[in-house]
Amino acid sequence: MAGLSHEERARDMGLTTEQLTGRTQQVFFEPEEAENFTYPWAPEVDFNKRTEVDADAMTTTEVNSKIRALMKEGHGSIVIRNPRGMHGLGVGILSRLNLIFEGSLGYFAVGLIDGPNVRISGRVGWSCAENMMAGTVLIEKNAGSTFGAAIRGGDLVCRGSVGSRTGIDMKGGTIIVGGDTGMLSGFMMQRGRMVVCGNAGKDLGDSMYDGTIYIGGEIKSLGVDAVPAELTDLDRAWLTRKLTLYGLLPEQGVDRFQKIVAGKQLWNYDNLEPLEKKLIL
Amino acid sequence: MCGIAGLIHRGRSSNVGAEMTAMLLALKHRGPDSTGFAVYGEPSEGDYIMRIKVAEQEEMAKGHGIEAQVEERIGAVEACLAEHGATVKAKEHATAYALRYIIGHDGDTEDMARRIEEIEGAEILSLGNALELIKDLGDATVVSEQYGLGVFQGTHAIGHTRMATESDVDIRSAHPYWAFPYNDVAIVHNGQITNYWTMRRVMERRGHRFLSDCDSELLAVYTADNLAGGVSLEESMRRSIGEIDGVFTYLVATRDQLGMAKDSMAAKPMVLYESEDLIALASEEVSIRAILPQEIDTTDPYDAEVRVWQV
Repeated sequence: MAGLSHEERARDMGLTTEQLTGRTQQVFFEPEEAENFTYPWAPEVDFNKRTEVDADAMTTTEVNSKIRALMKEGHGSIVIRNPRGMHGLGVGILSRLNLIFEGSLGYFAVGLIDGPNVRISGRVGWSCAENMMAGTVLIEKNAGSTFGAAIRGGDLVCRGSVGSRTGIDMKGGTIIVGGDTGMLSGFMMQRGRMVVCGNAGKDLGDSMYDGTIYIGGEIKSLGVDAVPAELTDLDRAWLTRKLTLYGLLPEQGVDRFQKIVAGKQLWNYDNLEPLEKKLIL
Repeated sequence: MCGIAGLIHRGRSSNVGAEMTAMLLALKHRGPDSTGFAVYGEPSEGDYIMRIKVAEQEEMAKGHGIEAQVEERIGAVEACLAEHGATVKAKEHATAYALRYIIGHDGDTEDMARRIEEIEGAEILSLGNALELIKDLGDATVVSEQYGLGVFQGTHAIGHTRMATESDVDIRSAHPYWAFPYNDVAIVHNGQITNYWTMRRVMERRGHRFLSDCDSELLAVYTADNLAGGVSLEESMRRSIGEIDGVFTYLVATRDQLGMAKDSMAAKPMVLYESEDLIALASEEVSIRAILPQEIDTTDPYDAEVRVWQV
């Protein structure tokens, strides 16, 4: 056995070494698919019932408590003025709501949300919308690193540029970036789609399990197991619709976008069970 | 986790002491152990400003006749200054153990500094024509009030709030670090340097001295080593990206420059605001907001990015 190759040993033991090459390179989907931004059972609110809060002299806890109190009173549109880059604002909102921040937010803004439509007129710090499950978040300026880490659903949109590790471990939903993204974007991405209209830093899509990344500009380098795939008509239709929705469709259209998917050649994609691996190794 | 901040007013002086205090207070949650400032006033040609401590805050609390020892150490420092032909033009006690001297001297400041640091407990925090380096235990407000920084006028500054992780909570391990023996060069750092001991041994073999076991001090010594070799500040910072292992973002200030370097993994944060007359950068947006409450555009530098600004 010692003189046999890995593949020969596996075959002799009745195992298979089939490589799951390119499984995700042709994914069929409906470009007009429903967004399902909120769950059917999410409580109804009156979007016409609007109020404003000046956060200038408030702490993070006070602002977040105030948002909850206003929602209980039936307000469906809440405007927060002067957020002053505070961390952790607007987190854990699990129902329909129009939430508008007039200014910039710090770390962990609007994390763990499940349904609200959020608009931020300034920038956001690291880890914006981490673990977001549904809803829309639109940021007018730039965002920090780990933008949309582990999101599961909804649309997370930054009109400016974002930092490194964008969409790390994302499990669904859509991330759209109007400018550039930093290194290791899409690292260990599991599902969902990421669209970057500008350039991407080094190691794009490193160790991604699944999902799709579209890059409109230059890619500094691809990460381990991230491979180019053909941009299909379905992709073009979806990109056009999605970027138009947020006013980010480039004048020249979406033909220049590169599509990146998982090559599925890493060790965790062979079809051997752990015990089988032990026997072979 | 530590917090760092930098500030440049281009072409004018401002109350950088109070501004840096506000910026660092906003970063207090990143590290409450100690706070440090490197503030740059109008250069005083011909005179040097020396900030020195002769004991640790903790030592002062223990008693055991420390007050008498402190007086002895101050006497020894002043004797050493006189031996080197330096004249003391002004002397202020910021605390019982920290002093600010204005000295007239036209000789070799490096030899003088080395001799002073041979005195037990004595550590020169900064020496230069423009730099004043202040660091102590406590948050930004405590340190700023203690050292009268609220009225300090200057062109630029860097600062640090420390969460001690790999060395003691003491003034010796607090930032900024003076890049001994280079007058007017100071450094603040956020991160962990993983080849600290290897690099430290290399630097020690070249004759550099270390006063603490804090990995951040390596960046000050490393910068001093490069400057000694005729390397520019910008080139030194670029080289550091490849030669220093670990996760880091650090700032270096000189009499007329302020530089920023971020490691190749972009693991430590930095937010940057630039305008014609003001540059502000900090670990978090909230720190910049402490001095610029109006809506502004800020960016995050990327991996392995180095920037150097002229004051």
